[in-house]
Amino acid sequence: MDLTSNYFELFGLPAAYNTDNQLLTERYRDLQKQFHPDRYASQPAAQQKLAVQYTALINHAYATLRSPVGRAQYLLEQQGVDSRHDSTTIRDPEFLLAQMALREALADVADATDPFTELEKLEKSVDKTYAGLQRQFAREYEGEALDDAVATVAKMQFYQKLRSEIEQREEELDT
Amino acid sequence: MALLQISEPGRSPEPRQRKRAVGIDLGTTNSLVATVRSGTPETLPDEAGRHLLPSVVHYGKGAEVKVGFAASALAASDPLNTLASVKRYMGRGREDVATLGKTLPYEFAETGGGMSSFKTTAGPVSPVQASAQILKALEERAEQALGGTLDGAVITVPAYFDDAQRQATKDAATLAGIKVLRLLNEPTAAAVAYGLDQQDQGVIAVYDLGGGTFDISILRLSKGVFEVMATGGDSALGGDDFDRAIAEWIRQQAALPEALTPAQQRVLLEAARNAKEKLTDQPAIGIAVFDWQGELDRAQLAQLIRPYIDKTLRACKKALRDASLRTGDVGNVVMAGGSTRTPAVREQVADLFGRRPLVNLDPDRVVALGAAIQADILVGNKPDGEILLLDVIPLSLGLETMGGLMEKVIHRNTTIPVAKAQEFTTFKDGQAAMAIHVLQGERELVADNRSLARFELRDIPPMVAGAAKIQVVFQVDADGLLSVAAKELSSGAQARVEVRPSYGLSDGEVMSMLKGSYTHAKEDRQARALREQQVEAQRMIEDLEAAMKVDGKALLDEEEYHCLEVALADLRSLLDSTDHRLLARHIEMVAKISEPFAARRMNASIKKALSGHHLKDFEEQ
Repeated sequence: MDLTSNYFELFGLPAAYNTDNQLLTERYRDLQKQFHPDRYASQPAAQQKLAVQYTALINHAYATLRSPVGRAQYLLEQQGVDSRHDSTTIRDPEFLLAQMALREALADVADATDPFTELEKLEKSVDKTYAGLQRQFAREYEGEALDDAVATVAKMQFYQKLRSEIEQREEELDT
Repeated sequence: MALLQISEPGRSPEPRQRKRAVGIDLGTTNSLVATVRSGTPETLPDEAGRHLLPSVVHYGKGAEVKVGFAASALAASDPLNTLASVKRYMGRGREDVATLGKTLPYEFAETGGGMSSFKTTAGPVSPVQASAQILKALEERAEQALGGTLDGAVITVPAYFDDAQRQATKDAATLAGIKVLRLLNEPTAAAVAYGLDQQDQGVIAVYDLGGGTFDISILRLSKGVFEVMATGGDSALGGDDFDRAIAEWIRQQAALPEALTPAQQRVLLEAARNAKEKLTDQPAIGIAVFDWQGELDRAQLAQLIRPYIDKTLRACKKALRDASLRTGDVGNVVMAGGSTRTPAVREQVADLFGRRPLVNLDPDRVVALGAAIQADILVGNKPDGEILLLDVIPLSLGLETMGGLMEKVIHRNTTIPVAKAQEFTTFKDGQAAMAIHVLQGERELVADNRSLARFELRDIPPMVAGAAKIQVVFQVDADGLLSVAAKELSSGAQARVEVRPSYGLSDGEVMSMLKGSYTHAKEDRQARALREQQVEAQRMIEDLEAAMKVDGKALLDEEEYHCLEVALADLRSLLDSTDHRLLARHIEMVAKISEPFAARRMNASIKKALSGHHLKDFEEQ
């Protein structure tokens, strides 16, 4: 196995944004079955160490490609565009206003008579927009509009963060 | 990988030498050893036919050591030299033990290295040494049963065990001379024990409630791969809490005073445990303590322990959320740990998941059985072993950054083994060394997490603040053990540490850390905001003062210079303020005042760059 190989090549998938998640998971499990340190438990230490390195890479590659934002950033990185450290500022006042409204809605959930239902509604609407942004990214990336794609990833990150905040709020309501 | 072997035509290959491998459940109260024979895992009994070995070690005069029932028998007559529940002290420092020690009869010895030790007639004994004795007793039992020395063992640990506790467990095995094939999480082991002849694929929830701990793991089984998706729990919750609740009910019913003598407490707890166990098979039970007689039925018991069961159910929901699943997605619920015998526990778990939990394997033995299956595979007895376990880390790992904040590098529930690199930079001009402080936990502030290790990266070449690129790599192996390396990328200066701490988190700490990251979320956010503003203010003061020294006089008129000086002094006086908003407002003000200065500096350096001069020339002018 080539440790420097492209993550998509690693899983035998085309380097595209729309990946077959089920296939990705299947290939991931096949690779794990082959390279996991458990398979080398009775082998010499050097081989065990190598197995740990391989598996760590496989795990990282899988986590990257499974994440909507991670996959987008990785594709851009392959095109020589760094969208991770680049502090892309969002020049879309409408988007920022929408973000603020969503955050306010999230903050207000606790006061609702049925906070769980409210939270679920919010989650559904956030998921819908998030999915839309992912489709938009796929179009932009395939159309080689990389600048637009970078801007879209920045927006996707907002939604990724919002999703985890919704989950955390759900947890807080539960306790 | 091993090459395929082909035997000479007409001859049968040599029968493979079967290796001797065992699974060991090193428990708080009891321990077990199991092995796979004729394809079936089974726990191994002692000469008297007893499978459970009490996790008790007695140190007598002349270095005579007794383990198990023989040691338990001496607990009453020689309590100080009879060590029980040592698992609670694994990977703990003196300070952790000092707080726990108050409720326990032991005396602690001062030894070096931050490690806690019990004072016995045989000298100081560490929890690792006592655990090694238990492991040795189990090893001897297994070697007798299997007819020779062991080739390796899988030892189970609670899923919530942190790096220090795992390391201590591995150290105990090393001390006992046992080759550790793998440290395996207890709930994962239970899933394996059930997974073999169960369904081919689907989601499994393992509910593991012991005497003093609770673990929940959510796994996905697919074509022999057991993938842990999330794990969680409560490390100070178990059957002991049930006993205390029942004892308190008896006290109230019997109209006994609130302040009882230790002897009375023991009587009540004994009656409580007895009642709890009997109610597993009977609908109601008569209780007689002192001069009181009464009856406890299942419904009453269920009501008494309801709050504790509810707590476990909340942890189950949280684990499901972490796994992005709903209760309906769970195909099978596996029960492990003696406390899952209580009917109310089974009923409420069934209610939550909407299906009856699997209870056909003995909940006391299921963990050891699963460990034996994994040991059999790892030692090479099943070269084309059909199962593979993919486990996760229970608590996030990270580093201390400016302002006493924890920056997570690897998040909890990340599949292991894992390696992750993160880049950091210097805070000050010419900074030559960087302290690396490795942490584990979920909270924002360093002080609220467990400190795992500290080391230093030296010989960073002199650079302006923020120019150095320090890469820190975290690597967690398949046992869940961490190593950390740091490197300055431009110079190649390196430092590396195998994280081998001499103490770890207390159970209570893990629990409160996990819980605290939610209940204290607001406090944390405020504390974080304040630290961030303080760091920002400090950086601003240092930057501006350095700049003013270089070209303040050249680029600012006297009034402007004085104005900036006053604003900086004002900001410095606020560094100890606890109001992050106030600090933020003043930072903004200083930024505004220094804006023209910054603009002029930019212009000046652009001009210099264009005319080919260096900044040094500029400074000398």
